[in-house]
Amino acid sequence: MNLATKDIRRNLGRFALTCLGISMLLMVVMGMGGIYRGIVEDATLLIDRIGADLWIVQRDTRGPFAEVSRVPRNLVHRALAVPGVSSAREFLYHTIQRERNGKPLRIAVLGLSWPADKGEWLPLTAGRPLGQAHFEMIADTSLGLALDEQLTLGEDTYRVVGQTESMISSSGDGIGFFTVADARVIQFDQTGEAVRLERAAREARGRQFDVARAQPQLLENAVRPAAELPQIAGPQISAVMLHVLPGRDRGQVAEIVSAWGDVSVYTKDAQRELLLQGSVEKVRRQIGLFRILLVIIAAIIMALILYTMTLDKIHSIALLKLIGAPNKVILALIMQQALVLGTIGFGIAYLLGQRVFPLFPRRVILDGSDLLQLAGIVLLISLGSSLLGLWRAMRVSPNEALS
Amino acid sequence: MTVRDSEMPAIRAERLVKIYGEGNTEVVAMQDASMHVNRGEVVALLGPSGSGKSTFLTAVGLINPPTSGQIFIGSTLVLDGERPHADLRSMRRQHIGFIFQKSNLIPFLSAVENVQIAMELNGQTSIAARRRALELMDYLGVAERADNLPSMLSGGQQQRVAVARALANKPSVILADEPTAALDSRRSRQVMELLATVAHEQGAGVIVVTHDHRALDVFDALYEMEDGRMRRKKSVIHSVIS
Ligand SMILES: Nc1ncnc2c1ncn2[C@@H]1O[C@H](COP(=O)(O)OP(=O)(O)OP(=O)(O)O)[C@@H](O)[C@H]1O
Ligand SMILES: [Mg+2]
Repeated sequence: MNLATKDIRRNLGRFALTCLGISMLLMVVMGMGGIYRGIVEDATLLIDRIGADLWIVQRDTRGPFAEVSRVPRNLVHRALAVPGVSSAREFLYHTIQRERNGKPLRIAVLGLSWPADKGEWLPLTAGRPLGQAHFEMIADTSLGLALDEQLTLGEDTYRVVGQTESMISSSGDGIGFFTVADARVIQFDQTGEAVRLERAAREARGRQFDVARAQPQLLENAVRPAAELPQIAGPQISAVMLHVLPGRDRGQVAEIVSAWGDVSVYTKDAQRELLLQGSVEKVRRQIGLFRILLVIIAAIIMALILYTMTLDKIHSIALLKLIGAPNKVILALIMQQALVLGTIGFGIAYLLGQRVFPLFPRRVILDGSDLLQLAGIVLLISLGSSLLGLWRAMRVSPNEALS
Repeated sequence: MTVRDSEMPAIRAERLVKIYGEGNTEVVAMQDASMHVNRGEVVALLGPSGSGKSTFLTAVGLINPPTSGQIFIGSTLVLDGERPHADLRSMRRQHIGFIFQKSNLIPFLSAVENVQIAMELNGQTSIAARRRALELMDYLGVAERADNLPSMLSGGQQQRVAVARALANKPSVILADEPTAALDSRRSRQVMELLATVAHEQGAGVIVVTHDHRALDVFDALYEMEDGRMRRKKSVIHSVIS
């Protein structure tokens, strides 16, 4: 006869409620682990998906994800000339926050190197890659933009032609993919008035120079578009991505590029590390510590529950001792209930979590090894927290059965 | 039952002393209480409230060791003062059956399981234990309530289940502390007679604490306690008449 199950069956309703309570607690612990995984995964997802072998960024910056990086557009051509490079692409990346239907809309704008890169590598869930050089975008579903929807950014309107799922920036914003040219326009989106003012300012500055005084017609240049003026640097991009020919050593390519004085070069793994150690690190530690705290709280609460469950039975335990039950029978009674509580709690937490976590704004990833680890922790907690109850049960004297 | 059998000791208590508390609050609950019960013998323990009857019974029941004195189960020394000479719990399990004033059943087990558990703890298989439990309950007239929880039984029914549990392991000693307090006089006489029958049939030594003087004729011997001292009364007949 199994005393543990008999007792549970007798107090089924209460036991079920207790299990539910424990499962909620464990679900939160589980969720914390999942959020932690989600943040790590999201941070590195873009780097992994893009799959570039090497990243060339502004010298001594940790760009383009961890901080702002600016390199000239023509760096692409320089990079292509390095032996062993199979392709070099422009990469433009920045985050914007606009208002849409009265709500803030944050988009991580990513420029694709049109026409070499139309976004074919993206895991599209609907629609198609970019089909023209302008006014099309691929939007992540988390942005809440439907296929074929029009989105006005600055002066221009873009049509959503494709959709991706969970393509988000390290800070959790959905990514919108544009051509590099469009991405640049979105970034430097200036009104006509701003352009006119800038040209007037240029002219005013020009007047200060002796050259302009001697040759006034030079000032006519000031009102021409910036792109037509050699003195003004062309718009810049964030980074250049390189793919190395198969069989060629990445290290060698990186060595050549890093000899250039104006840029730094990172491998894919180095980029990932930059993100994990930089922007994500604090969040990661924060959640890690919070998780430890939750585990401790869960242990304390379980210990209290198991203790009260033991107190409820203390008369029966005294009686069992009175009729000669050995300690191992009483030990089994308490331990088994602790294990049943832990196991059922964990099971419900898992099932519940699978329904609840997808509703969270950021990804919660229930990783197999994390779950296994948590299961181990729950097992230890269950056994450990029954010690308090056991201690009480061992101390009760058979005499108490008579009172 | 032969004469020789009946002279085999079931339980023997020698000069038991029990002192509760210390200093100002010291209570001497039992002083030099001795008793000798043979197998097959049924003994009544009488005495006013607070005279130490329960103290004596829990001492010989190995629940509440005496401050000094010796307790023998059969011919083995089990307790010498507070010092155990054997595993008390396994002695209780194998040799002693308890019946108390309140029925003391485990609330989350059904009636039959309450009887069954005593035998399973003693190493019987659950099938054999259940069979004997049902037989005992049938014998005690509570078989039809076998699957009910104790809370659904009347006081008398609970008491009979407790008696069944006490008899389950065929103990050599049965200790009963006012077992009939919750019963009407007809039922209480039935329980007393049942204990006597079991004692004679199974060769168990039975000690019953009772206030009920109407059923004293079923006992083989009477003891009386007063202020912690034990006295054997001369004869059963004499007490019944007086
Ligand atoms: N745990 C204890 N601590 C202190 N004193 C106790 C304790 N148990 C019993 N006593 C005292 O010991 C004396 C004997 O008590 P006991 O319970 O043995 O009496 P009793 O003969 O069974 O009485 P009743 O007929 O009322 O059940 C009483 O004076 C009681 O107050
Ligand atoms: Mg008493």
